[in-house]
Amino acid sequence: MNTGIQTEHLAYQYPGVDNTPGVAVFEDLNISIAEGSFVAILGSNGCGKSTLAKHFNAILLPSGGKVYVCGMDTAKEDRIIPIRRNVGMVFQNPDNQIVANVVEEDVAFGPENLGIASPMIRKRVDEALKQVDMYQYREHAPHLLSGGQKQRVAIAGVIAMEPKFIVLDEPTAMLDPKGRREVMQTVSRLNREKGITVVLITHHMDEAAMAQRVVVLHKGQVALDGSPKEVFSQVEVLHGIGLAAPETVELCNDLNHQGFDLPLDCLNAEECAQAIYDMLQTRGQED
Amino acid sequence: MASIIEVKNLRHVYSAGTPFEHVALEDVSFTVERGEFIGIIGHTGSGKSTLMQHLNGLLRPTSGTVLLDGKDIWTDKATTRQSRFRVGLVFQYPEYQLFEETVYKDISFGPKNMGLDEQEVDRRVRQTAELVGLTPEQLEASPFELSGGQKRRVAIAGVIAMEPEVLILDEPTAGLDPSGRAEVLGNIEAYRKAKNATIMMVSHSMTDVARLTQRLLVMNGSHLAMDGTPREVFARAQELVDMGLDIPEITRVFLKLKELGLPVEPVYTNEQAVAQLTALRGGVIHA
Amino acid sequence: MLKDITLGQYFPGKSPIHLLDPRTKLLFLIIYFVALFTADGWVSYGIVLVFLSVVIYMTTIPLKSIVKGLKPLIFILVFTGILNLFMTPGENVLVSFWGLNITTEGLVQAIFMVSRILMLIVGTFLLTYTTSPIALTDGLESLLGPLKKLRLPVHELSMMMCIALRFIPTLIEETDKIMSAQKARGADFETGSLVQRVKALVPILVPLFIGAFRRADELATAMECRCYQGGEGRTKMKTLHYKRRDFVAFASGAVLVAGIIVLRSFGL
Repeated sequence: MNTGIQTEHLAYQYPGVDNTPGVAVFEDLNISIAEGSFVAILGSNGCGKSTLAKHFNAILLPSGGKVYVCGMDTAKEDRIIPIRRNVGMVFQNPDNQIVANVVEEDVAFGPENLGIASPMIRKRVDEALKQVDMYQYREHAPHLLSGGQKQRVAIAGVIAMEPKFIVLDEPTAMLDPKGRREVMQTVSRLNREKGITVVLITHHMDEAAMAQRVVVLHKGQVALDGSPKEVFSQVEVLHGIGLAAPETVELCNDLNHQGFDLPLDCLNAEECAQAIYDMLQTRGQED
Repeated sequence: MASIIEVKNLRHVYSAGTPFEHVALEDVSFTVERGEFIGIIGHTGSGKSTLMQHLNGLLRPTSGTVLLDGKDIWTDKATTRQSRFRVGLVFQYPEYQLFEETVYKDISFGPKNMGLDEQEVDRRVRQTAELVGLTPEQLEASPFELSGGQKRRVAIAGVIAMEPEVLILDEPTAGLDPSGRAEVLGNIEAYRKAKNATIMMVSHSMTDVARLTQRLLVMNGSHLAMDGTPREVFARAQELVDMGLDIPEITRVFLKLKELGLPVEPVYTNEQAVAQLTALRGGVIHA
Repeated sequence: MLKDITLGQYFPGKSPIHLLDPRTKLLFLIIYFVALFTADGWVSYGIVLVFLSVVIYMTTIPLKSIVKGLKPLIFILVFTGILNLFMTPGENVLVSFWGLNITTEGLVQAIFMVSRILMLIVGTFLLTYTTSPIALTDGLESLLGPLKKLRLPVHELSMMMCIALRFIPTLIEETDKIMSAQKARGADFETGSLVQRVKALVPILVPLFIGAFRRADELATAMECRCYQGGEGRTKMKTLHYKRRDFVAFASGAVLVAGIIVLRSFGL
């Protein structure tokens, strides 16, 4: 029970303005994130995804229930720094999370705050920049980089603190397809090779499909939870809460409405084509 | 159909004569017919944004001409100004440009600048609000109290209320969740139908442009690389991939099916895919 | 376009001047100012000029860039020159017209004043041209460090400076974008009376401020997430160390000032 992130009966409401009652986001949310896993959290705007993310590193504190990070209660004042160094956060807008006007200085910001000795910071910064493939840009000014590059600098800034978890709140929402690919490749590599736990908040289905586990939030509740194949085959449930399945699943679903009998768990073009092909072949043989 | 916009040998150079000189557009020519729905695709930095800003006279060509209804928009000051109203331009993340106290006032900013009388301004604001699904109560609210998706629609309404003959939008659905995307795209389609307006939409979502548009312009390295129907453009899938662009997942599935030996034609929407596969299955069954 | 404005104007390089500790350069600039204001004769000015020329040569920054930087300041230079030329009382009248006299004293004074200002500005330029803004901020923070004892928020000030430098280009870009967007809605910033023009700025300033506050808010959260808790207990990746070349610089500065003071006592 001393690893991972757990929320226990998490309740949170945004404080009301001028005596109006606050808005409840969660009433009783129980989610547990295992160390080393890659979890995508999906949901439409306003489902509480970002609010949840901010509970994982004590930026927001529960109004009821508990959040534990590696067994540490986020509500305990003296645990805040250990929690934050272990749970790195990357936000949507790359411009608004880069502090310094030189790439390597920005990556050094976190370790500097932790009071790490200078030669050690240098080592961590170089290593972090190499891991996100931005080492050759270490002396550049951030505002001249592309969106995808900026976001990778932000990720380097987080991994230079050597966290166990990285929580990314819609990190690709403002990027073009190339930038999105760069960021997603970096994130899944960090999970695979460095064993960093990744919590990815997104509303891009294809990105969620890269995770090991997908949690769908709706109105502050867990609507679906399982492997990408399990979750995305629930096409009707997804449509019911304003989401779409990956395009390949949508295609199979449309075809099934026309009397096809395709599996709803093809998450990429190859699998989908193979399934359609196999089905047509068997049909052919049956006759 | 009669052509409304004619772009001839357009070239644009930023910071000419300085070390930062950069050619953003080179020899771009095309004609836009009245009532067309055109998608503009291309990676970041390919010249899309620069091109758009030439069509309503925000940027002046370094050389070449932009004709609106056969007349150069830079003929005189009045013509340039008129072109701003006849060709409406919605920038990326337009909600960041809202500034008025109420939604009503913000939407009326454009029409008022056109010098319309109060009654006409009022008619346009209310009609546009209805078109984008804003209630009369919301018109009196502050734009900053609305949700992200609503703000986006208010900002788009601010341009639509000028009733431009050509409406150009730069990634109107960026950062929205699937239902927000569907709403915005629905609004655009509704305006097109209501006024027989010409629409030009820049988008990174190949699925959206494939589904909505009749013609695609592909920008690559300051040049207009392709100009044709979605069918023609997506048939050149490999070239698009080489330019760093995506192709619709459905197109990928069908390329794979073809590779597997099925007699399929390239498709880019679910409807086409379902139609072809249903026919194919029928063929197999009755063979 | 707004984007064309270059701020900070740092020319990256590896010259001996670039490699000096930023604190050395800041202190040296003060020493240089003292020398310049102590100088009171042809010989003294000549020595400072030679000194400055050597430093310019050492920076490897093309003279053209320095001259270009002076362009916006021409008005001030000309104004100072003319003021001194006509307003200095003297006996040796060289030219006289429209009731105005140009005296030898005035001419000398004008030349001295203009060259003093010119050398002052060029000296400051050399500091910003050869020192990255972040090094400059670090240097200032370190030099002002002792003032922390007087409860002056030295770390906070330098942090603010650093963030300001980081966000100036972003905000310039944003202003450009908002202006274009409002122009696309028919906003007119170029014609009309002064009142109308000021009013026309509202559609730019409101979104710009709202955007800046939003950014500030998000940045504050991002900084908190990265364990920022103020200057207390913070370390630095790049620590400042005086090296041999810094002592050489101080020594040459001391020689310069001493020399100028001696020359002054001889009236040179």
